[in-house]
Amino acid sequence: MKKTISQAVIYLILILVSIIMIVPFVWMFLTAFKTTAETTQIDPFVIVPAVWQTQNFSNVVKAMDFVRLYANTLGMIALRILCAVLTATLSGYAFARLEFKGKNIMFGVVLLQMMIPVQIFIIPQYVMVSKLHMTNTLFGLLFPGLVTAFGTFLLRQAFMQLPKDLEEAARLDGCNIPKTFLYVMAPLTKSAMVALGIFTAVFAYKDLMWPMIVCPDNRATTLASALAKMNGQYQQKYPELMMAALISCVPMIVIYIIFQKQFIEGIATSGGKL
Amino acid sequence: MKKRASSRQISEFVWGWVFILPTMLGLFVLNIYPMIDTIRQSFYKTGDFGKGNIFVGMANYKKVMGDTEVWQALWNTAKYALVEVPFSIVIALLLAVVLNKKLKGRSVFRTLFFLPMVVAPAAIAMVWKWLYNSNFGLINNVFGIKVNWISNPDIAIFSIAVIGIWSVLGYNMVLFLAGLQEVPRDYYEAAALDGANGWRQLINITVPLISPTIFFVLVTRIIAAMQVFDLIYMMIDLNNPAWKKTESLVYLFYKYSFEQSKKGYGATVVVVLLAVIMVLTVFQLVGQKKWVHYE
Repeated sequence: MKKTISQAVIYLILILVSIIMIVPFVWMFLTAFKTTAETTQIDPFVIVPAVWQTQNFSNVVKAMDFVRLYANTLGMIALRILCAVLTATLSGYAFARLEFKGKNIMFGVVLLQMMIPVQIFIIPQYVMVSKLHMTNTLFGLLFPGLVTAFGTFLLRQAFMQLPKDLEEAARLDGCNIPKTFLYVMAPLTKSAMVALGIFTAVFAYKDLMWPMIVCPDNRATTLASALAKMNGQYQQKYPELMMAALISCVPMIVIYIIFQKQFIEGIATSGGKL
Repeated sequence: MKKRASSRQISEFVWGWVFILPTMLGLFVLNIYPMIDTIRQSFYKTGDFGKGNIFVGMANYKKVMGDTEVWQALWNTAKYALVEVPFSIVIALLLAVVLNKKLKGRSVFRTLFFLPMVVAPAAIAMVWKWLYNSNFGLINNVFGIKVNWISNPDIAIFSIAVIGIWSVLGYNMVLFLAGLQEVPRDYYEAAALDGANGWRQLINITVPLISPTIFFVLVTRIIAAMQVFDLIYMMIDLNNPAWKKTESLVYLFYKYSFEQSKKGYGATVVVVLLAVIMVLTVFQLVGQKKWVHYE
């Protein structure tokens, strides 16, 4: 009896928290299809739009080139994942499995970068991009993500967990270091690479300050930074604002729901091992 | 035999450096040089129209010490962190303990709580700004109240911290769940036999055993909270009366460096932020000996 009551209380709490988590998204969705008049009346307070205003979608897409914004955001994410996985797998392997002079100092540099708030890098990074005349380009968006200290650390951890015998066996079979890395070791860290890829994608998609600074142009910027702009321009036009927010987060939510296990585990392993 | 070993050593040296070269080159260009350059710039005053630097020694730091706006921003940031960090950790820990049990719908709850982690803070801030709207917002109308959540200078920063908690709850919870996986079940069985109730089990078994995870989450959450920017930038317009009471240090850095082109002073603000974060982290590293139990 006591067990059923405590069970019921637990479910009650979980459902309550779920409602708190989900209501902002539901409200965003409902508002995105209302008229402005419906959002600015309180007697009666409108919950569900009387007529679903699908033209809010076309209005917003007309005002902001979302296809372009998506292309920019996805381009940045793809390039960042590619760079991160490639460079971090290589350096992670070397830090985990090879002995060479200078290794500890260099790994100290990796740790240092991880501990320092990113804002300290931003002014000079921006100056570099602008000296290269690369503001408002995809390269500008990619720039801080060319390499990753965090990914190096993550892959190093993954390589360290692999058994030593594997490498020994490959070596006795006559594999040199690049071959051992490429054919024996790297394929075994796939799950760490996936974790790094997911982490990189989520981080890049959410970032606001860098794209705002380096790609202020509407045609070159990312979803997050475009939302910030609309937020300033549209002020009280909440249906349009919510439609824009909806457009920019629905695909990510869908991908998350499909691959939720990988997402959650990827982020949990990347966070938990720091 | 000796010769073979040394040829292996040479090969490890060469390949080791080849493998880390792209990463290290990148880190030096993208991070180490910028870090030094930012510190250097903090000793310079940026000329008019953002052109030309004049060496001013410690003048920027002296100005920061007497700049009430910087102190206010530091206090705003601290208030945000003081609310966001403890609440997001305690609530997440409780949820993790509950979800660690065999429970129907466990993965559905986990998926839901984690959801805000995959949405851009820019979009989250827009939605919450609308929820908080004092006239037409959902919150005031559902509860029949009239609170100026984000325009009342006394409460605005706390309203924003609530969004911070909401956003990061699922993330902390997932990290705690990962930590809980490693707690042996028989500890709880033994405690249950001794008559310890759920609450005592939490305080006496769970918390000490996952204290390394709690410590990790605490350190990273404080660092992240001290860098709060997106939510505040999106929520607070320049004509918002709560503006001065919500500006964070990173917001101030952004404003000076990129809106007003005073990169020298912006650099000084961000070096101050670095110093604050370092002091906080060192304190925690020293303090952890008192409460974090490693096996």
